[in-house]
Formats: sequence, C-alpha cells, structure tokens
Amino acid sequence: MIKLVNVEKTYYSKAGDIAALKKTNLDIKDGEIFGIIGLSGAGKSTLIRCINMLEVPTGGQVFVDGKELTAMNKQALRQARQSIGMIFQHFNLLASRTVRDNIAFPLEIQGKSKAEITKKVDELLDLVQLHDRADYYPSQLSGGQKQRVGIARALASDPKVLLSDEATSALDPQTTKSILALLRDINQRLHLTIVMITHQMEVVKQICDRVAVIENGNIIEEGTMYQVFTEPKETTTKEFVATVNDMTVPAILNTADMQQTYFDGSKVLVHLTFLGNADEPVVARLIKNYGVDVNIISGKIDYLKDMPYGTLLVEISGSKESLATALDYIHQAKVKEEVIGYVS
Amino acid sequence: MSPEMLPLLLKSFWETCYMVLASTILATVIGIPLGVILTVTRRDHILPNAAVNGILGAIVNATRSTPFIILMVAIIPLTRIIVGSSIGTTAAIVPLTISAAPFIARIIESSLLEIDHGVIEAAQAMGASSMQIVTKVLLPESLHSIVLGITLAVISLIGYSAMAGALGGGGLGDLAIRYGYQRFQMDVMIATVIVLIIMVQLVQSFGNYCSRKLNKNKL
Repeated sequence: MIKLVNVEKTYYSKAGDIAALKKTNLDIKDGEIFGIIGLSGAGKSTLIRCINMLEVPTGGQVFVDGKELTAMNKQALRQARQSIGMIFQHFNLLASRTVRDNIAFPLEIQGKSKAEITKKVDELLDLVQLHDRADYYPSQLSGGQKQRVGIARALASDPKVLLSDEATSALDPQTTKSILALLRDINQRLHLTIVMITHQMEVVKQICDRVAVIENGNIIEEGTMYQVFTEPKETTTKEFVATVNDMTVPAILNTADMQQTYFDGSKVLVHLTFLGNADEPVVARLIKNYGVDVNIISGKIDYLKDMPYGTLLVEISGSKESLATALDYIHQAKVKEEVIGYVS
Repeated sequence: MSPEMLPLLLKSFWETCYMVLASTILATVIGIPLGVILTVTRRDHILPNAAVNGILGAIVNATRSTPFIILMVAIIPLTRIIVGSSIGTTAAIVPLTISAAPFIARIIESSLLEIDHGVIEAAQAMGASSMQIVTKVLLPESLHSIVLGITLAVISLIGYSAMAGALGGGGLGDLAIRYGYQRFQMDVMIATVIVLIIMVQLVQSFGNYCSRKLNKNKL
C-alpha cells in the first residue's frame, strides 16, 4: 500500500546540512498497522510527513496505493492527499468550528454537497461516539474527545491510509487505550492501513502488526511486532522493549557475587519467556524430572496485541549436574531462556 | 456653550462618523488582501515568495513611517484625481484610507501569524488549496483577533480624522480647532473632546464584545 524507495530528506542551511532521513526503504502492506518507533529527533516525524509529502523528500520515491506521489504536480498531489488521512499529537482542530463542522471540513474542501456532508458527518459521529458533542467547540472537549474528532475528520474522505503522528502522546494512559482500541476497530472494520509513529513502546505493543525502529535518520531494525518484542537485536530496540518489559533483576536479590559459571553451592538465575499459550508445564517438569528446586522470583503475563506473553524470573538450585541437565531441558522446551548468572 | 452650537456639534459628529466609517471600510478592503499576501509569502508559510514579500513590506513600511499630516498634503494630487477636490469631508477619506490600509495589513498579518502551524498542516494534509487555507482556515480562525485589530484602527482613524479636519475636512477636530482654539471657546473644545472620548469608549467596547463572541478558544 505504501512503498518508500531510497527516500531521503536533508535540510540545507548555512549552518550546515542536516540529514533528517537517510536512504529509507519501507514496504507497508495493505490493511496492516505499521508502527515506527524512535526517540525525539530520530527522524520519525520527517518520515511520516514524507509519506503524504508535507515534507518533500530530497531524494527517492514515495508510492501510495500504487501511485507515485513524488512524481505528481501540485493539483494531482492535493487529489492524492484526499485519500490519505492524518491525525496529530495536538489534534490540530479548527477552534472556530464545532465538532460537526470540523469533521465536515475535508468534505467542504472537496466540494461535496450539503446533504452528502450531513449524512457522512452523522455516520462518523456515530463511529467515534460523539453524537452528543456535535455542536461543541474543540475548547469544550477533553483531549480524548478532541482526538476522536481528529480521527473522524481524517476518515471523512474515506481514505485508504491513515497516518498517525504521535496521536496518543498527549493523552493519559486510560484515554490512550481507548483511542488505540478505536484505531484497531477502524483498521479491522474499514480495512484501513495505519502508519503510526510513536515513542511509546506501549502503543506498539497494543496494536501494531509490524514495527520499524528509527535512529539518527536510519531504520535500524524492522520486523513483526512479536519478533521485535521477543528478540530485539539493536541496543535502542532493547531499551524500548525494556520500557514496557523490565527484565532487570530485582534489587532485593543479592547479585554482588554473581558469576557467569557454576561455583560451589551456587544457584542459577534464569529468565524464561513464552509467547502464546504455554501448554508445556516447564517449571513443574523441572522439579519433577530433574531433581532441582525452582524458586520463582518475579513473573507476569502481558499481552502483545492479543497474544499472551509471559515472563518469569526463576532461581534454580541443585547439584552441578542436575543444573546442567535442567538447563539443557529448558533450552529444548518451547520457552525462550536467558541465563543471567550464578549466585550463592 | 450657546444653544446654537449644538447643531454644529451634531453636524461635526456625523462628519467624523462618515470619514471614519468610510475610510475603515475601504482600508479594510485593501488591508485584508495585503495582510494575507504579506503573511502567506513569508519564508515559512504556505506560498513563500521573498520578492513579493520584500517589496510589499517595504511599501507598507514606507507608508506607515510617513507622518499622516505630511502624507495628506503629499497625496493632494491623487485625492484630486479620485474625488475631484482636495478639500472637504469626502476628500479626507482618501488620505485616511491610504494611511490606515497598511496599518490594517500589518494587523491582519500579526493575527494570521498567531495561528498554529499544525492547523495549516492539517488542512494541507487534507488536500486543501492555498486559497482554501486562506478562506477556510486563516481568516475564520483569526477573525476574533482581526476584529480587535480593526477596532484599534478605527480608534486611530478617529484621531487622524481630527487632523484631516484641520486641513479642511470638517468633523469634530475641525470644530475644536476653529471654535475651541482659534476663538477661545473653551466650552466647545471640552464638548468636542468629551464626544471623542465617548466615541472611542463605545468603539472599543463594541470591538471587545464582538471579539469575545467570535473567540471560541475560551468557552
């Protein structure tokens, strides 16, 4: 649905050129929710603005729905933009218009008839559940309601693609959840391709199918959300994952004398993670079959989109041999393990 | 103040109203497009054009830096072409308009610049043309601020109209100078000043009221 080929954006200035985006290639499929995560200044805002040409790339090609935006004249580009919706961190609603008139705005631009506009706006007010606020002005709404108006406005011209520029960054966690639920709902109901940029891993975790990590204008890692979450490769990615999935050993545990190999009387600290249904009772089998004791230090079950994702920090004690065979067993089991070290 | 002065005061009052109203309307009609062009051709705006912006800006600045009394005398030939005479209330409208239009243009410009760039970006993302951005975003969104600015222009025009009056334009200023100053009729002077003060108060209050009604930011 969206294809970026060697897209570059450099800002030229007397003080020196700034390469905000270096040769970037992306292929976003029809109907997927694609997340782009990065710290501020990483180039994610530039990237998403290149998709609808709010920022004109200094090199490369942008294709949306098979049409090359980078080859279009102004008129054709305006036409093309009408099928690309966009929502913003600060909503960017017109303060002088009511909710209803804000949603009608893109339709007015397209010169739709009054009757057509009224009908469409009513539908959208239902979709975002704001019928009772139709005649309010933006300043009378909460942040979450404003973003709902933003979403309704973006959907007014039946776009194929929705670009979300940090749409939940200015909202509280509860409201963020409800906005994400709404985005997911419209993604499924309208088969809408959604590209969202964010600095919140929480957002990616809840709704993205695939994710790209951007740093210094480069995409450093890309994959399905499950892959990136469970097997992050780059340091930055690991840091992002850690923000929602803290794998550090609790401070109460004495790790001062931790070593990487077995020493007399030591216990092994292991992180176990599983994705999906855990049908293999790993902990029970360890105790029953391998003659070791398992002490659970911490654990939680989380969801990556709809998939359960469990993490468990355990301390296994036993003889040197039984520990070795127990670790062998874990290695073959359907869980991912990470041996942290041996402690006394 | 003698009773026979009253009709004279009333006549002068209407002359001032006529001069101020006509020149405000004309100056606004000229000032709005000028202000819009000054805004949109800025380097970081929707239709950047350094040449247009630079030239227009220079003309506006030149007009604004010329003292009104000098401007009025300097453009007498132009006034004569437009109105057919350089003396009289109608003739005063020409210099008043020419001095107020650039002022209003700058007021419009500063009002339009208050609009958050994000809102303009949102309209661009929807495929709005530059004209649509001006008529559907920039002007409606800043209307409350423009109204306050035009109020300010009306009040300075009341002041300028008194000066125009001194050069044969009629109105309250003319009355105050001819009777109050030249004939030492202190009561006429005081009456004129009181009428002017009341006018300015009313204009300002009305402007504030309209702006408040139009401002949907703080409800």
